[in-house]
Amino acid sequence: MPTITFIHPDNRSERIDASVGDSVMQVATGKGVDEIVAECGGNAMCATCHVYVDEGWIARLAPMSEDEDELLNGVAAERLGTSRLSCQIKITPELDGLVVRLPVRQI
Amino acid sequence: MSVSGFAPSAGMPHLDIDPFSIEFFEDPHPAHEVLREAGPVVRLDKWNVYGVARYAEVHAVLNDPLTFCSSRGVGLSDFAKEKAWRPQSIILEADPPEHARTRAVLSRVLSPTVMKQLRGSFVAAAESRVEELLSKGSFDAIADLAEAYPLSVFPDALGLKQEGRENLLPYAGLVFNSFGPPNKLRQDAIERSAPHQAYVAEQCQRENLAPGGFGACIHAQADAGEITAAEAPLLVRSLLSAGLDTTVNGIGAAVYCLARFPEQWARLRHDPTLARNAFEEAVRFESPVQTFFRTTTKDVELGGVRIGEGEKILMFLAAANRDPRRWDRPNEYDVTRKTSGHVGYGSGIHMCVGQLVARLEGEAVLSALARRVGTIEITGPATRRFNNTLRGLESLPVSIKAA
Repeated sequence: MPTITFIHPDNRSERIDASVGDSVMQVATGKGVDEIVAECGGNAMCATCHVYVDEGWIARLAPMSEDEDELLNGVAAERLGTSRLSCQIKITPELDGLVVRLPVRQI
Repeated sequence: MSVSGFAPSAGMPHLDIDPFSIEFFEDPHPAHEVLREAGPVVRLDKWNVYGVARYAEVHAVLNDPLTFCSSRGVGLSDFAKEKAWRPQSIILEADPPEHARTRAVLSRVLSPTVMKQLRGSFVAAAESRVEELLSKGSFDAIADLAEAYPLSVFPDALGLKQEGRENLLPYAGLVFNSFGPPNKLRQDAIERSAPHQAYVAEQCQRENLAPGGFGACIHAQADAGEITAAEAPLLVRSLLSAGLDTTVNGIGAAVYCLARFPEQWARLRHDPTLARNAFEEAVRFESPVQTFFRTTTKDVELGGVRIGEGEKILMFLAAANRDPRRWDRPNEYDVTRKTSGHVGYGSGIHMCVGQLVARLEGEAVLSALARRVGTIEITGPATRRFNNTLRGLESLPVSIKAA
């Protein structure tokens, strides 16, 4: 089972077991990671599941859609080159060990 | 009986509940429980449709738009068999792949980036509304707040003229009644609809929409070649249909919850940053949009039940939002609940395109109340407004005191 590491804004890190096929957003909300709000429930409509993907991992993710790119312009925290919507990152066995940082705010 | 001759499953529960009757609307929750507990899929003999009331099946139907289509209407009326009462919507009543193009236009017009620009004026309007209500002391939380606030921000954001706005709520009521069966609510609404329809058709035209508003932005998308010039007015119409009455009932639901559950009101007052979640939880708890239909495009098995092609399926969004299989303490209003995943705005490709506007309005109102108001007391009978799709109040007399 792949594990994902979430790093909170206070640098506390949390390792969570993830099921292949779930999204990173589902992994987080399933374990009560408060910084992921996910108001729209994973439909790529609200931009409240923003994460910063670790530099070493960003190029290994499937590329983002145009929709996701547009939504990221509206995130509440600063958008960086490593910004993604966690509902759009699907867990694969290759993502075992993925590290994402959580932003200070989603709204 | 299945139209295709595909044998329906034996043993599927048949219920004689009429989910569009006044008795049902008065207290839908016991009937929702019966519908949920009878089975994953039920047959509603009164209208010859299938029904799903559990979260898993409602979510599954919403997220399979090729099997459970919208292009044959999202009400009881099957557009393959009868003519729609108005020209068909090119977003709500459209399927993939055509739907993606029109949906992209409205998603862009109502995006998180646009909400950031609107936030300041929406918040200021909510604060001044609450100040005015504090000076009155006693008022009707529906007319003076749940209706008055959206009416003070949404038509301006759209770019509508001042004249004729009194048609907006009757038109929206008509649209949501029209999804129901040919009962008195639907027939009466359609009979009275001519002036409201004429108003809306006129306001959808480019020359009647102020620059910078949602309406003008939709027409600009036609210039950019994203949609045709003929399609732009129909997308403006979608905002006029679904952008106002829904938030009226959402805000009304939230105020009704906070007035009824003082310990939740206290938690919100203690931490006004819960305002947005308190609104979201009210949308789950009361589900202002109660139901929508889909139509099967082929023979399909759902929840162990075989359903033929061309069948209408009624999704009980409100029942799914209180399904104990999905929610802990489903019948409690909890401003700190993790609400993500509720289907009050639907789910999948047709999930409410205006959800960010709704949340912004709801957050602005509840935040202003939480910061300025100490007590909310219900001072008279809450009366219900009946509609085939929407759930909400006609009147909620309250009195408030400053914090």
